[in-house]
Amino acid sequence: MSGLRVAHLYPEHLNIYADRGNIAVLEHRCRWRDIPFEVVGVGIGDVLPDADLYYIGGGQDRDQLLVAGDIARHAEPLAEQVAGGSAVLAVCGGYQLLGHYYRGYQGDEMRGIGLVDLVTEAGSTRMIGNIVLECSLDGGPARRLVGFENHAGRTTLGKGLEPLGRVVAGNGNNGRDGGEGVRAGSVVGTYVHGPLLPKNPWLADWLIGRALRGPSEPLAPLDDHLEDEAQRVAARIAAR
Amino acid sequence: MFRAKVGVARAVASLSRASGRGGGTTLPGRLLLAVQPDAIGRLATGLRQGAAVISATNGKTTTAKMAAAILSPPLHLTRNTAGANLASGIASALVRDHDADLGVFEVDEAALDGVVSGLRPKLVVLGNLFRDQLDRYGELELIAARWRGMCERLPDSAQLVSNADDPLVASIGRDRAGHTWFGLDDPAAALPEMQHASDSKWCVRCGARYAYRAVYLGHLGDWACPSCGDARPALDVVARDIVAEGLDAVRFRLCTPQGDVAVRLPLPGVYNVYNALAAAALALRTGAGLEHVRDGLERFSAAFGRFERVQLESGDAVLLLVKNPAGANEVIRTLAGDGREKTLLVALNDRVADGRDVSWIWDVDFELLAPQAGHVICTGTRAAEMGMRLKYADVPESRIEVEPEMAAAIDRVSAAASGTAYLLATYTAMLELRGLLEQRGLVRPFWEEAA
Repeated sequence: MSGLRVAHLYPEHLNIYADRGNIAVLEHRCRWRDIPFEVVGVGIGDVLPDADLYYIGGGQDRDQLLVAGDIARHAEPLAEQVAGGSAVLAVCGGYQLLGHYYRGYQGDEMRGIGLVDLVTEAGSTRMIGNIVLECSLDGGPARRLVGFENHAGRTTLGKGLEPLGRVVAGNGNNGRDGGEGVRAGSVVGTYVHGPLLPKNPWLADWLIGRALRGPSEPLAPLDDHLEDEAQRVAARIAAR
Repeated sequence: MFRAKVGVARAVASLSRASGRGGGTTLPGRLLLAVQPDAIGRLATGLRQGAAVISATNGKTTTAKMAAAILSPPLHLTRNTAGANLASGIASALVRDHDADLGVFEVDEAALDGVVSGLRPKLVVLGNLFRDQLDRYGELELIAARWRGMCERLPDSAQLVSNADDPLVASIGRDRAGHTWFGLDDPAAALPEMQHASDSKWCVRCGARYAYRAVYLGHLGDWACPSCGDARPALDVVARDIVAEGLDAVRFRLCTPQGDVAVRLPLPGVYNVYNALAAAALALRTGAGLEHVRDGLERFSAAFGRFERVQLESGDAVLLLVKNPAGANEVIRTLAGDGREKTLLVALNDRVADGRDVSWIWDVDFELLAPQAGHVICTGTRAAEMGMRLKYADVPESRIEVEPEMAAAIDRVSAAASGTAYLLATYTAMLELRGLLEQRGLVRPFWEEAA
C-alpha cells in the first residue's frame, strides 16, 4: 500500500492549540495499520510540496498575520493539489485562511487563499467553550464530533456550501446559523480543536481514507476504547 | 468605618478556618474589596518596608516562598497563600496581618496591573511568560501588553526585577533606570535545541527569528535578534556552573554585584534555578546580605505541590503541580533525568482554574517519560483523555489505567508502587489530591504552610 504524505503548513507559527496532536494521531493511526507515513513541515518562504494531506493549524494573531503574508503564494498550487484528490484539514486560524478574508474588529483586513467560499469577520467577544457537533459525511451515519472552540471570528459560508456538522452544544461558525466548520469534497475546515483528531478518530480515519484516494480495502479497525471514553466524557461535560 | 470593615473581614477569616473550608484564603478579601475597593492600598500602608510582588506564568508560588525563606527571619512578612493570587487573596493576607515589615505577594499574571495600582509595591518581579490556559488568559501578547501598561504607570520610586532570558519579559521596562536583570550563564546547561511549540520565537521589535547562543528552558536563554540587533540585557544576578544532583537538588554559583556564592538548592530542575535567581534578586534589593540569601535558599522546602514529598501507605511519593506545557515539560525533563522506571499518577481536571481547554496536554512531552512509565494511573475529570494522550505517546496500553475517582486512584498507586511514586496533577486536581491525603493524615492543610 502506498503511504500517507502529510504537509504541515507553518508548524512554527500555527501551533497554538497543540496542533501537533492532530499530526500525532494521523501518524499513529497509519503506523498501527502498517501504512507508511511521512510528514514535512512547510515554513515561510518554502515551496509547497506534493502531499496527500495538507494540515494548517491555528496561531496567535501576530503569527497568523505573518503567515497570511506568505500563504497567498500557495493558493494556486494548493487548489491544484485538491483538484488532484489531496485532502486538506485546517483548524482555527488555518480555517479562516482558507476563505476570502478575515476582517478584524477594527476593520483591518487579512486576505485568505480563497480555496473555499467563506468569509470571516471578528466579533466583539470570543466564543470559548466545549463544543459538540453532529456530522454526517457522504450521507453516512451521524457521527459525534467533540472538542473546544476559542475564536473571535464569525465565519459565514458561501451559498451551497455545507458545514462540517450541526452544533449540538457550543457556538460554531458564527453562533447564529447552527453550522460549524466547512466540508467541501476532501477539504475540511473547523474551529474545533482539543486537538481535533484524538477524540474524533472516525474523522482522522475518514481523512486518511480520503487522502489515500479511497484505498481499495477499507482501513482496518483499531481499538478505540480510550478515544471513545474520552469523547463520551467530553460530550457529557459540554452538555452541562 | 474602615477599621470596622476590616474587623468583619477578619471575623469571616476566623470562621472560615474554624469550619475547615479553605482557610479563608480569599473570601475575607473578596468581601472587604466589595465594600472598600481601595482596601489593599489602605492596609498596605501598615507594612513598614512596603511590599514586593512576583508575577510569572510559572514559578511565582515557589519564588515567593523562596523569598520568604530568605527574608524571614529577621523580617516579619505578610504573604498570600499559595495560589490565592488575585486581589482577593492579597487583601485576605493583609486582613490577616497588615502589621508586618514587608509584604511578599505572588500575583496572577492577568491581575498584576490591578494589584500593582492598588498596592503600590516598591518591588515588582517579572519572571516569565508562557502560553497558559488560553481560554482564560487569552494570547501571550495580551498579558505582555498589560504588563507594559503596568510598567509605564509604575512610579520612579518602584524597582523592577526581571528575567533577562525571556525576550518578551525583557521587552518590558527595558530602559527603566535601576532595572535588575537576572538570568543563566552556563552554556553547558543549555538544551541541544529549542523545544517544539516554544513561545516568543520571533523578535518583539522586528519580527525576525531570534538566534540563541544557549536555550535553557522553553524560549528562555541567551537570545539576540540577528536582524535588528536587540539582545538579552546585561545580567546583574546570574547562575553559573549548574550541576544537577538527581531529583534531590541542584547546585550553582550565584553571582551578584555583592559577590559570588555557591548554593545547593534542595529542589531539582533548571526552572527552580530561575526561581531561586528571582528570589535572590528580590532579597538583595530589599537589603539582604549574600550569605543570608544562600542560607535561605539552602534550607528551602518545596512549596505546595512543587516537588513536595509525602508518605503514602506504600512508600514515599512526590507531588508535582503541572499547569501548562512549559511548566509540565520542565517537570518531565527533570523526572526523566534519572532514567528509572516509575509508577506515575496523572490527574487531569478541566475546571476553570485548570483551564477548561485540555489541548495543552498535547504540547507536553509525555513521550520523554513513556519509556520509564512502568505503570500510569490516570485520574480526574478528564482521566480517559489523559490515558489516550499517553497511548499516543507510546506508553503501552497495558500499562495505562484509567480511574476517574481520585481516592480510588490513590489506592491504585499504593497498590502498584514499588519505590517512589510521582503524582502529577493540575491545579484543582492537586487540591483534591492533597485534600484526600490530608484526610488520611499524610499531609498538612496547605493554608497552614504559608508564612
